[in-house]
Amino acid sequence: MRRTTSRILRGIALVSTLALGVTACGGSDDDSDTKAVSANDIQTALDKGGDITVWAWEPTLKTVAADFQKKYPKVKVNLVSERSGDKHYTALSNAISAGKGVPDVAQIEYFALGQYSLTKGLTDLAPYGADKLASKYTPGPWNAVSDGDKVYGLPMDSGPMALFYNKTVFDKYKIAVPTTWDEYLDAARKLHKADPKAYITSDLGDAGLTTSLLWQAGSRPYKVDGTKLGISFDDAGAKKYETVWQQLISEKLLAPVNGWTDDWYKGLGDGTIATLPTGAWMPANFVTGVPNAKGQWRAAAMPAWTKGDKASAENGGSSLAVPALAKNKELAYAFTEYANSGAGVATRIGEGAFPATKAELESPAFQSKKFDYFGGQEANKIFADSAANVASDWSYLPFQPYANSIFNDTVGKAYVSGTKLADGLKAWQDASVKYGGEQGFTIEK
Amino acid sequence: MSTTVTASPAKNTAPRLRTPRKKHSPGKPKRNVLLTVLMALMVLYTVVPLIWLVINSTKTQAGLADSNGLWFAHDFALWDNIRTTFTYHDGIFGRWLLNTLLYVVLGAGGATLLAVLGGYALAKFQFPGKRAIFAVVIGAVAVPATALAVPTFLMFSKMGLTDTPWAVIIPSLVSPFGLYLMWVFAAEAIPTELLEAARMDGASEVRTFFQVALPLLAPGIVTVLLFTTVATWNNYFLPLIMLKDPDWYPLTLGLSAWSSQAQTIGGDVIFNLVITGSLLTIIPLIAAFLFLQKYWQSGLAAGSVKE
Repeated sequence: MRRTTSRILRGIALVSTLALGVTACGGSDDDSDTKAVSANDIQTALDKGGDITVWAWEPTLKTVAADFQKKYPKVKVNLVSERSGDKHYTALSNAISAGKGVPDVAQIEYFALGQYSLTKGLTDLAPYGADKLASKYTPGPWNAVSDGDKVYGLPMDSGPMALFYNKTVFDKYKIAVPTTWDEYLDAARKLHKADPKAYITSDLGDAGLTTSLLWQAGSRPYKVDGTKLGISFDDAGAKKYETVWQQLISEKLLAPVNGWTDDWYKGLGDGTIATLPTGAWMPANFVTGVPNAKGQWRAAAMPAWTKGDKASAENGGSSLAVPALAKNKELAYAFTEYANSGAGVATRIGEGAFPATKAELESPAFQSKKFDYFGGQEANKIFADSAANVASDWSYLPFQPYANSIFNDTVGKAYVSGTKLADGLKAWQDASVKYGGEQGFTIEK
Repeated sequence: MSTTVTASPAKNTAPRLRTPRKKHSPGKPKRNVLLTVLMALMVLYTVVPLIWLVINSTKTQAGLADSNGLWFAHDFALWDNIRTTFTYHDGIFGRWLLNTLLYVVLGAGGATLLAVLGGYALAKFQFPGKRAIFAVVIGAVAVPATALAVPTFLMFSKMGLTDTPWAVIIPSLVSPFGLYLMWVFAAEAIPTELLEAARMDGASEVRTFFQVALPLLAPGIVTVLLFTTVATWNNYFLPLIMLKDPDWYPLTLGLSAWSSQAQTIGGDVIFNLVITGSLLTIIPLIAAFLFLQKYWQSGLAAGSVKE
């Protein structure tokens, strides 16, 4: 049942993407947007007031929206927050292709931005003043929201990767915290031998984790230049990733648990999932999802692919963007700016969000924050360090949500059958190339 | 009346019970072991999830993570969970409950009404094109509602009805299975002679329907109502693609939204509320079942007495 549902959702997404393509060819109304909008124009709009609808699941926006309305009493922010992920994008694509019910501001994860910006579904925010904000943000997120001199959204948070590990478990079996992926593999073997119920981490095939690890390993599978695409998992970085992860899979060292399920939270709590390589936003999820493991977990730098290498990558993170069909763009931009670059940032960090802005990342108050959950560790130092070491030349596909949706049919097979990870990646590549061609992209070999 | 009701099933079943007893004496229940085991497994299969639900709705989020799924945690948080379920996010759960009720009353109620009218007409009136309708109805029964959701969405989007409660209610009004059931039931339960007698006595068609046919159809109506109620109450996919505004969500969609909070960055993980909410969601359905079943049984008996 779940499979059919996701198939059909995928079908809808597909239909919508096609429809978007058609509208993109037909209309050139958005040329008028290139005219600069002065700060005065925005202030006038704020004084005049009006309603904006914001589709975003980020929990901290609730307070931000309330503060914003306090500051600009004539503006009403209608925050629609019950949808996330696939369902959110399906609804957004449907609304855009129907031309009705499009929100003024939408939360869009970095990996999905390309899909909307390429089909002209989003407003270029540069004329509103967003282009002057580049230096405020760390390179990873800024690179994700901008394309040349166009800016398709403002970074809301970021996810520089770190290795979260269960110190209690590592101490119990006297295993050192791995600093390279080879050590990680050894730790996985030792741990599973010492306690057959315990695994180094859980993975049943997760597109987000795989792309992040490839990113960290220096692989650049996607080359995007307008409508020209290159897709290849054939570089040295990908090989490094394949070698380590293939062994983890073949030796059954990964817990067969899907991420984000109740089983997964349970595993994080009872010590059967001992580490988690993921984004720096994870602490908030630890606190609410695994309250019983308080004090057991710590953060560490991501293991390096080559000893001494400090390269990191991003995992997750999202922006706020203004759809091209938004009704009240000045107000929409004003809210986006307030939440992601202005006073909203401090509010959001206070509630546990992880910033994408340099000033906050580098501030002593942020870095010296002690995490009760991590036994008083100043974990932000590790995260900020990771953020500074994210290579900024990574790009996702303009149809990454689709590519991610077929991940389990291709790469995912390596986790459940004898298929080699390399073959799985090849199958993913082929399917992505085929889909890209069908969508009208020129695929470079 | 009530005495005949209880007497008649006893009369019917008595001979059937006697025959097997003769063949298998109580001392030799051998043949039943396999069946008993199968039945026990079936009972386990259906009851265990319910037990799990009841047990786990007494746990906090922390308790869920560090206790066995089939036994209680150290803390008993059922009342607290119920209170939080109704107060979380400004009490949106209550709104979802009312929405679901609205969809059931208008959707399932309307579907039943249409099925009764249509089924009666198809069973008792002769008109050209009846065979074609039969083919269409049978065909419609075979098409799962999920497959129709996407075309329905596109159609409703053109009409500007998406993101309104009508987008959920109108498609729910169509129940091919209910129509078919009423058709078959009406053909059997209403003797054509009875209708002819009513007409001879000068009753109008409307009066014949309401005073002669409708009472005879009661057990069938309750059955169809039960089916459509369950279908509407549990409907997930249609509202999923039709509705964006959480204020119009039914419970199914709302609970799924709560559940997916655990999958978002910085999201509040509230599996305890999802579980408690699920328990609260099925209670009205169980109540409806028990309540309607009573009518269903008495209705069946009432029909049999009249014949």
